[in-house]
Amino acid sequence: MANTQELQQTVSQVRRDIVRMVHANNSGHPGGSLGCTEFLVALYFETMKHNPSFDMDGKGEDLFFLSNGHISPVFYSVLARSGYFDVAELATFRKIDSRLQGHPTTHEGLPGVRIASGSLGQGMSVAVGAAQTKKLNGDDRIVYSLHGDGELQEGQNWEAAMYASAKKVDNLICTIDLNGQQIDGSTDEVMDMGNLEAKFTAFGFDVLVEKDGNDMAKVVAALAEAKSRTGKGKPVCILLHTEMGHGVDYMMGSHKWHGVAPNDEELASALAQNEETLADY
Amino acid sequence: MKKYTYTETKDTRSGFGAGLLEAARKNPNVVGLCADLTGSLKMNAFENEFPERFFQVGISEANMMSMAAGMTIGGKIPFTGTFANFSTSRVYDQIRQSIAYSNKNVKICASHAGLTLGEDGATHQVLEDIGMMKMLPGMVVINPCDYNQTKAATLAIAEYEGPVYLRFGRPKMPIFTPADQDFKIGEAVMLNEGADVTILATGHLVWEAIEAGHILADMGIDAEVINIHTIKPLDADAILKSVKKTGCVVTAEEHQMNGGLGDSVAQLLARKNPTPLEMVAVNDSFGESGVPALLMEKYGLTRSDIVKSVEAVMKRK
Repeated sequence: MANTQELQQTVSQVRRDIVRMVHANNSGHPGGSLGCTEFLVALYFETMKHNPSFDMDGKGEDLFFLSNGHISPVFYSVLARSGYFDVAELATFRKIDSRLQGHPTTHEGLPGVRIASGSLGQGMSVAVGAAQTKKLNGDDRIVYSLHGDGELQEGQNWEAAMYASAKKVDNLICTIDLNGQQIDGSTDEVMDMGNLEAKFTAFGFDVLVEKDGNDMAKVVAALAEAKSRTGKGKPVCILLHTEMGHGVDYMMGSHKWHGVAPNDEELASALAQNEETLADY
Repeated sequence: MKKYTYTETKDTRSGFGAGLLEAARKNPNVVGLCADLTGSLKMNAFENEFPERFFQVGISEANMMSMAAGMTIGGKIPFTGTFANFSTSRVYDQIRQSIAYSNKNVKICASHAGLTLGEDGATHQVLEDIGMMKMLPGMVVINPCDYNQTKAATLAIAEYEGPVYLRFGRPKMPIFTPADQDFKIGEAVMLNEGADVTILATGHLVWEAIEAGHILADMGIDAEVINIHTIKPLDADAILKSVKKTGCVVTAEEHQMNGGLGDSVAQLLARKNPTPLEMVAVNDSFGESGVPALLMEKYGLTRSDIVKSVEAVMKRK
């Protein structure tokens, strides 16, 4: 079990990986990736039981599904840093003949990815399906998923949520990345989703709110608390408040860095703010 | 010319129901999902015998498709059941991303395809489903012709690893294929050999093609009739072999001309062996409410339409 300081060192390296990957292609999605770095590092380096030698069926393992596939840079970095594939492969992100497609996919056989995502709103249903199969298989591990807040504007999420509570899919922890931003502006401006805590509660979830999703100790604690609430007849939801672009001062809190790459100067600034802890790829 | 006889008519969807039950008995990984149409899809027997392997998802087809993709992770073989319309056009993006692109072992089982859905009308009469599904890389597309063949196809796709679209329907059709047939995905079935024209039919139009063959025989035309139960992968060898002999082709299907079997055959022939071709299919039109038999007449999908197309295509030889 890693301590918070070790996890924090991994976070710093993952943030470097994210900005370097996006900069190298002049394309990709740094904002959401940086905001979810603590969450994904906590999940893969602390919370989940998982095997980087990777087997698609993942029997006896916890599973993770990334529904908001555009934050692939953080997902790829965390998978590589966990040992699913060589970190050198991060250099191929979004390039031709790469397994690291713009949005995650099983199509090129990248270890650690179990479903394609990118077209939004499908991941909760996929996670629910995988959770049902775990129950059928008598497998008591947990299925985790991550969703953007703007993504909740897709109606399929609410179909999945309705199913998960009606059918008591209680081996499922869906985390919502509440960064309040989407492409055209703030989520409140684009499509105010109202009280999401009340909505998920009304849809039958056991809801946890973590107001500081960029505080590693709090994220680890929230995941532990969520896990303790599984197996009690309800799906679990973490409303995780994060800051888009966290860890890079000029990107923080703005939707402008949803899908824009830093230039050379901006990259240097971002790297100066995040120490190289595990050696750059 | 072989005379096909039958003693019973049944709907192809019942063949699916029977096949699903048998597949589930054979393989404990077979699971079923249904979007509030259990009776219509004839999934009741499966549900009754394997309640823990049946997943009622309610009226939420998008959730059903992505859930089915997720259920494959851990080794299940999900069979989804709803009308063809809600199995394809309504959920195309879910199928494209979560099932086809992700290469998941999901069997999309679609009833009430085409005009023979009847009185419910055009909102439910999908005539574009074969086209949509065959365009997806890696997707197998099957449209069997009678109860026995649908049952056999259901068993065959349970054994096949990969995404499949299985299309069947509501009307009672003559049962003329053997109960013990070995259904081979992608392998056309020769029904009657002939020398003058090739008739390639799929689904409910196969019986019409057989009947058209007899009418043509009375007119002195020796028709070869082939059942193309698998539209993708298409049995190119069987088709090319036949047209080399006959020199002209008529295709017959309960689907739009755009995107259907005829479209696949035209593509094959244009590239490999340009041959006069006529298509019996719906010509860029939606359907409407009505008794199935009258709709098939109005939209030109009967044995007499096949005969007319044969006469037309033979003049072009």
